[in-house]
Amino acid sequence: MNIFVCVKQVPDTTGKVAVKEDGTLDRASMATITNPDDLNAVEAALTLRDQIADSKVIIVVMGPPAAASMIHELLAMGADEAVLISGREFGGSDTFATSQIIAAGIKTYGLGEGDIVFCGRQAIDGDTAQVGPQIAEKLGIPQITYAAGITYDGGKLTVKRMLEDGYMTVETQTPCLITCIKELNKPRYMSIKGILEFDTKPYYVYDYEKLKDDPLIEADTIGLKGSPTNIFKSFTPPQKGVGQMLEGSGKETVDKLFNILLEKHVI
Amino acid sequence: MAYDCTDLTAFEGVMVFCEQRGGKLMSTDFELISEGRKLADERSVELTGVLLGDGVEGLVPELGGYGADRIIVCNDPRLANYTTDAYADVITDVIHTEKPEIFLVGASNIGRDLAPRLAARLHTGLTADCTHLDIDMNKYLDFLRTGSTLKVDDMKWKMEDINLKMTRPAFGGHLLATIICPRFRPCMSTVRPGVMKKAPFDEARAAACKTTLFDVKLDDARLKTKVLEVVKEARNIVDLLGAEVIVSVGQGIANDPQKGIAMAQELADVLGGVVGASRAVVDAGWITADHQVGQTGKTVRPKIYIALGISGAIQHKAGMQDSELIIAVNKNALAPIFEVADYGITGDLWKVVPMMIDAAKAAKGV
Repeated sequence: MNIFVCVKQVPDTTGKVAVKEDGTLDRASMATITNPDDLNAVEAALTLRDQIADSKVIIVVMGPPAAASMIHELLAMGADEAVLISGREFGGSDTFATSQIIAAGIKTYGLGEGDIVFCGRQAIDGDTAQVGPQIAEKLGIPQITYAAGITYDGGKLTVKRMLEDGYMTVETQTPCLITCIKELNKPRYMSIKGILEFDTKPYYVYDYEKLKDDPLIEADTIGLKGSPTNIFKSFTPPQKGVGQMLEGSGKETVDKLFNILLEKHVI
Repeated sequence: MAYDCTDLTAFEGVMVFCEQRGGKLMSTDFELISEGRKLADERSVELTGVLLGDGVEGLVPELGGYGADRIIVCNDPRLANYTTDAYADVITDVIHTEKPEIFLVGASNIGRDLAPRLAARLHTGLTADCTHLDIDMNKYLDFLRTGSTLKVDDMKWKMEDINLKMTRPAFGGHLLATIICPRFRPCMSTVRPGVMKKAPFDEARAAACKTTLFDVKLDDARLKTKVLEVVKEARNIVDLLGAEVIVSVGQGIANDPQKGIAMAQELADVLGGVVGASRAVVDAGWITADHQVGQTGKTVRPKIYIALGISGAIQHKAGMQDSELIIAVNKNALAPIFEVADYGITGDLWKVVPMMIDAAKAAKGV
């Protein structure tokens, strides 16, 4: 049984965000990390693999060759194999085009009955949460998003799916795709054994040539040209006017603040 | 006529997905219908809602009151609770039949599950979590004049553009991007809850709103998921979106998170507000995720936002900078939170907050 995990390498937006003059992100100058939600997806896959005999975890990444360092870390965490989907034909893809490509990658590796695909809920660079469901649609398999608990029982998964005002318990047949949130688990660390062994594990690179025969891969369904959405304009919001720093931090300062609030009738 | 997503002229009208849970409409529905009304008026077209459930036609006037001309009602026991499979199949049928030019979905946990699935199936573009929508270029440029640092009037614009211009924050609100979907229809967008303004309820419109009962065709063999139970967890849910006052805590409470949250709660209680939190606080497990303000949490715009020990990472600022009045307490005078604060106090929150609680009590006369 194959357990796929789709992972994205993202710029670390908790640090300084660098913006180019044209208003797009200067990715080259920013540190990269494994997308946080995707680590929960990796952990979910490894947990399941440890429960199921004859199963393996395959990391699937679409990105530049430099994503290899991240993939090595995931293999050192315990994943069994990795697929890096990489090619300039794939550049500029929006979520629609990205999901075409990743779905084609999973199909090329081979998606069988009973297999499961894990994704993180969303990536911190785009925050769209769209690629997971779009991969599921392209693969023609059911999806459950916002998973905070997963129970596996033969060919079925029971998932606690979070809502804003509670949760649903949903049962799904396999193959299926699950997107994971951070409440689901605590990702494990790399192990010493994993670090020593990662370079012995199968590592495949799928380029355009490898995927081009899949019906999902057409000139008008991938890359910038195959992306239904385009950026019309990107811009920076105006800075808010400078506020007032109150002097001191004692009782007089706090009282002054609340007097202002009273005068302004905000409290 | 066959459905062709590239035949732009075949698509007309604005359609809103109206989400119900347990037979009750979501407040996002009213926000989206209100916003959809404006867009439909700009294009002089019909505004329809699509409502799925089991016996939900009674909700039609409520949606009509906010501006819908017509609601397409899809009733079936298998639609009572949301499942991706059933909802995506039925709405695909509705879109194939109605061919709307624009399709809006609230960016709830359900909307964000449904919309990408639909967009992938319909072969069209989807823009996530939009905070501003325009069609008319003059209106869009007005928005840019106040909402951007662009020198709008020194730039060349294609004034005849009639694409839906969908603006969303990117990278924590540091950047905004306007996205279009020029070659496919419908233009799809999920819209952030709490961002669009609800129109006043109009009794006449509510009464005039038409109902179309849609012929639901579901194939059980295609339904691979089953909802076993739906659990409401009211106790954990903080109404950040509806709150007038939010007292938020950040990493500054790290020395004693429990006490920090308790202090924030006390201040919030006095001011009639609720407790929010930065991502760091949620990630550390000190408070549940429903308290999270920011790019991955909620976007809030209360009357008063008090940030305690929050440095002000861009993700956080994106979620609160539109609050009417922002007060920040931080021991670091250079913390970025002070860039968006109306009033700032440089100080130790463990000392300042108890004084704030006292001052708030005095001000409130309690």
